[in-house]
Amino acid sequence: MSRAEDKKVIRLISEDGLRVDGRRPDELRPIKLEVGVLEKADGSAYVEYGRTKIMAAVFGPREIHPRHLAISEKAVIRCRYHMAPFSTEQRKSPAPSRREIELSKVIREALEPAVFTEYYPRTSIDIFIEVLQSDGGTRCAGITAASLALADAGIPMKDLVASVAVGKVDGVVVADLCDVEDKYGEADMPVALMPKFGEITLLQMDGNLSQSEFEQALQLAVESCQTIYGKQREALLNRFVQVEV
Amino acid sequence: MASIVVSQRQLVLPGELLAEGPKVRAGENTYRVGDKIYSSRIGLVNVVKNTVSVIALRGSCYLPNVGDTVIGMVVDVGLNGWLVDIKAPYNAFLPLSEVSDKPINPKRDALPKVLDVGDLVLAKVIAFDRTRSPLLTIKDKGLGKLQGGHLVEISPTKVPRLIGKKGSMINMIKRETGCRITVGQNGLILVSCKRRGLESLVEVAIKKIEEEAHTTGLTDRIMEFLRRNQRRAGGGDVVEPSRG
Repeated sequence: MSRAEDKKVIRLISEDGLRVDGRRPDELRPIKLEVGVLEKADGSAYVEYGRTKIMAAVFGPREIHPRHLAISEKAVIRCRYHMAPFSTEQRKSPAPSRREIELSKVIREALEPAVFTEYYPRTSIDIFIEVLQSDGGTRCAGITAASLALADAGIPMKDLVASVAVGKVDGVVVADLCDVEDKYGEADMPVALMPKFGEITLLQMDGNLSQSEFEQALQLAVESCQTIYGKQREALLNRFVQVEV
Repeated sequence: MASIVVSQRQLVLPGELLAEGPKVRAGENTYRVGDKIYSSRIGLVNVVKNTVSVIALRGSCYLPNVGDTVIGMVVDVGLNGWLVDIKAPYNAFLPLSEVSDKPINPKRDALPKVLDVGDLVLAKVIAFDRTRSPLLTIKDKGLGKLQGGHLVEISPTKVPRLIGKKGSMINMIKRETGCRITVGQNGLILVSCKRRGLESLVEVAIKKIEEEAHTTGLTDRIMEFLRRNQRRAGGGDVVEPSRG
């Protein structure tokens, strides 16, 4: 990242149409998903989108504290997105920043439609998302991880939620932006999807896209989420097949 | 056109299509959207007649059901009853009137003498509608304060597996070890044996059932495990059998 800055000239797409890390525009970073990595949590997952590394833990449904936050007809979902001090190039203060508080809310709202909260009134479901290493797309990787952790905790869900960022760099619509592309590209658009029903639970955009580019980007996001969804399912199934042998 | 698209005992995930058509009924841990039935949790498919349900494999939370027998720990003594932790998201209430037929007068009798904080009780859920705390009773036969033994905790979703079909699993363990085992639907189990070593053997066996709940032929494997370890002198040091 600093190397790119030193050169002053940033070429996000090379002459042969490849991106800074050598990917094709519609190619995702290598994705690794693992379920059930923490013993103390009711459900947990570890996710890697290339160099972005995220751990998610879920507790609940459990008794809510403080009590006055309880909702009498459904469970309260509480979400904390947090970046570890060592996750970025410059040390990040561990105190929750404005950005982290906002992302916590955005992630919670991306997951809420998938959870049957009405099954557990007056309880809370607590989601903790810890960014261990950040290289762009952390909110999307966080949603992917948290939805795996929710399923692992045995919380009734409509569907898993898969998420990926798409955007535009050097005039090309690309999938799964890394940090450099996010910073110096023209647009960044995180999307979360319940793939079974094609329901979008998160759609944000930063930068500029024409209408046709937007449609192209959204299409790419949906396809990428389907790919990730396949891997999520595989990761969940693996957890149980292993024991069987 | 009613059809179930998954096979019996198949491992399914949230959002997985189980059945189509209006004639199939949606059982536990499933939900219906229009004509289609989907799974809402990780689990194994269970088809009985035309009802498709999912036996959950994960879940730490116990949701009380009226009629369930549970093991709870007294966490507070109130003026007219006790608050009992039954491992649900809600504390259960055991009112004075549900403790004994003899009237207990809170003015005269000290409630902590009947049940004190930390006591274990085997109780039955008599009321729960999700809007109020569950109510317990210990008046029925066999219910009441539990004394002695070793408390084992497992995920409540695994309790049916521990009991087995018509009690096959739990009766086998009782037969093999001669221990008294009290199972609460909420995942708390009290094991009391003649020897302490036997109690830890049963605990390991129970944990093993919890871990391998979704595998087939488990009862036979547990039986073999118990026999092999009991033959060892004392039975105090339990050796995990190697897999494979």
